[in-house]
Amino acid sequence: MASSTERKIRVVVAKPGLDGHDRGAKIIARALRDAGMEVIYTGLHQTPEQIVETVIQEDADAVGLSILSGAHMTLVPKVMELLHAQGVDDVVVTVGGTIPSDDVQELKTLGIAEVFTPGAPTQQAVEFIREAVRRRHAST
Amino acid sequence: MATPPNVSDAERWEREKFARTPERDAPFSTISGEPIKPLYTERDLPAEPGEAIGLPGEYPYTRGVYPSMYRGRLWTMRQFAGFGTAKETNERFRYLLEHGQTGLSTAFDMPSLMGHDSDHPRSLGEVGREGVAIDTLEDMDTLFSGIPLDEVSVSMTINAPAAIMLAFYVVAAERRGIGPEQLAGTIQTDILKEYIAQKEWCFPVDPAMRLVTDMIEWCAGQMPRWHPISISGYHIREAGSTADQELAFTLKDGLTYVEHAVARGLDVDEFAPRLSFFFNAHIDFFEEIAKYRAARRIWARELRDTFGARDERSLLMRFHTQTAGVSLTAQQPLNNIVRTAIEGLAGVLGGTQSLHTNSFDEALALPTEAAVRTALRTQQIIAEETGVANTIDPLGGSYFVEALTDELERKAYEYFATIDELGGMVEAIKTGYPQREIADAAFQYQLEVESGLRKVVGVNSYTEGDDQDTLLLRIDPEYEVDQVRRVQASRARRDSERATAALERLQQAARDPQENLMPHLLEAARAEATEGEMVQTLQVVFGTYTESPAF
Repeated sequence: MASSTERKIRVVVAKPGLDGHDRGAKIIARALRDAGMEVIYTGLHQTPEQIVETVIQEDADAVGLSILSGAHMTLVPKVMELLHAQGVDDVVVTVGGTIPSDDVQELKTLGIAEVFTPGAPTQQAVEFIREAVRRRHAST
Repeated sequence: MATPPNVSDAERWEREKFARTPERDAPFSTISGEPIKPLYTERDLPAEPGEAIGLPGEYPYTRGVYPSMYRGRLWTMRQFAGFGTAKETNERFRYLLEHGQTGLSTAFDMPSLMGHDSDHPRSLGEVGREGVAIDTLEDMDTLFSGIPLDEVSVSMTINAPAAIMLAFYVVAAERRGIGPEQLAGTIQTDILKEYIAQKEWCFPVDPAMRLVTDMIEWCAGQMPRWHPISISGYHIREAGSTADQELAFTLKDGLTYVEHAVARGLDVDEFAPRLSFFFNAHIDFFEEIAKYRAARRIWARELRDTFGARDERSLLMRFHTQTAGVSLTAQQPLNNIVRTAIEGLAGVLGGTQSLHTNSFDEALALPTEAAVRTALRTQQIIAEETGVANTIDPLGGSYFVEALTDELERKAYEYFATIDELGGMVEAIKTGYPQREIADAAFQYQLEVESGLRKVVGVNSYTEGDDQDTLLLRIDPEYEVDQVRRVQASRARRDSERATAALERLQQAARDPQENLMPHLLEAARAEATEGEMVQTLQVVFGTYTESPAF
């Protein structure tokens, strides 16, 4: 199997639910692409089912869920549930958006690798994803 | 008598005096990237100040839309509010009115904004979170319980399903014996900026524009005190645009609505007096003030010269302002009180008719009662303590502000030309032009922040100091359960035959481009059709819209 240093990291940037705030998602997508990753941006108004299907179809290493509508405690757990149901357990899942600190903890217990809240630099997300994917591949 | 500094004086000053001190390490440009000189002098005023600057309430209205401005009446203090169900938001409305707010502004939840009833599968987890859930006429009635709709001016921030919400509002008032001609307020309706920036849609662009023109036409005849549209730049700016893009895209959207209404057969003076605008008040203080002044001048000129408006009221660019949500930080949230105060002040010095000031906790949640009280007090302090409302357009004649006003105006016209070359704003939107401009500007700004070129206090500079955990507003999941039950009970209780018949007639009317849909929507509202049902009915004819993902 090709080592992760030869294969570009594939990241799905997704907008779950009815949330239309896409400024951050687009910026993150560009930053990840500029960092040499293969980025698939789902566009707006994705259901958890659509996101999981994209993750599988695109053979993604990581998925970034961008959500600023306050509906994250319904939509993110649903995505995690569907990923597990499909046997997709090795994808690095991160969340970005207006997530109160109380919810960050709970999301992490569900398996979210990291939550990026307002003010987090894009480079922080880029480095985190790169490292997390490297670690996952190293352990397989 | 002193003579003004001439060119060689200013050059001498710069060369001999100013250049002696090395400049500090700062970009010396506005947040939009506009380079700023160390000094502005009389040489920077417009060539014909009498014409370009003028007097308040006189063409070209640079100094204000009315002759008396705040000497006659202060701006309306209108805090955007909404969460949970109609009952919770009604309570928040009453709280705000009791604390001295002078107009209402309604925030709807995502399902309502997107045309879904609360029990629609896409609504799960979203009900009541970003605003109030309104599914039915009854919800609208509860929302304004105990509030005299013939006395209080009400704004509703909703776009794609605006015609439906207006129908609910008009019928709710009708049931209280208040005719539509008595209602004062605004409904946002501005669908073009949705495709550009806010991304809340139900239908494709062309049928959506038909609905907007239907509303403008119907309101022109039936609701003389109502603004059927609030042509917005706020969201364009929040999506990451520069000030000049906000100015240009907003005004171009406005001119496009005027074109469509005129093409419908309306005389410009029949409807233009009721058009209104909505701008952002971002943190770069003077750029914002210049932006509002340029907007007034451009709008007046275009309506008079391009559209031949003869009624003076058609020329007035009257606007609401909201302080910039994107300028708020999650870090050290109390700093946001300062940002909001400065931004609110820019709106006032720019001559806004109505103002919303953000709460300090809004980087992460909807505001608590305590936070929104401080935001409202901010406006009251500006109004009562600072003296800025003692005179009209206090910055008029400022070398710097007039120069910036002229520059923003010039840039706006460059954008107008580009958009015209693309075939107009609707075509430009279809090709993704404004969306790309905004995404590029947003990315550019992000690079500047991350490189440290642009300082954001508490985020990339002055980060010392613990963030005390701010108590945030939590939306009770029970609201959703409650609302789902309510909308289902409403459907079960109503005269189903009447509702079905009304929806069928609505669908038929939608197929005929000559039919104004407002009367049919009013009938459907009276028949207690839900918002979701009306939207779905229209979607059968109009179709839906999906944006092509691009970054």
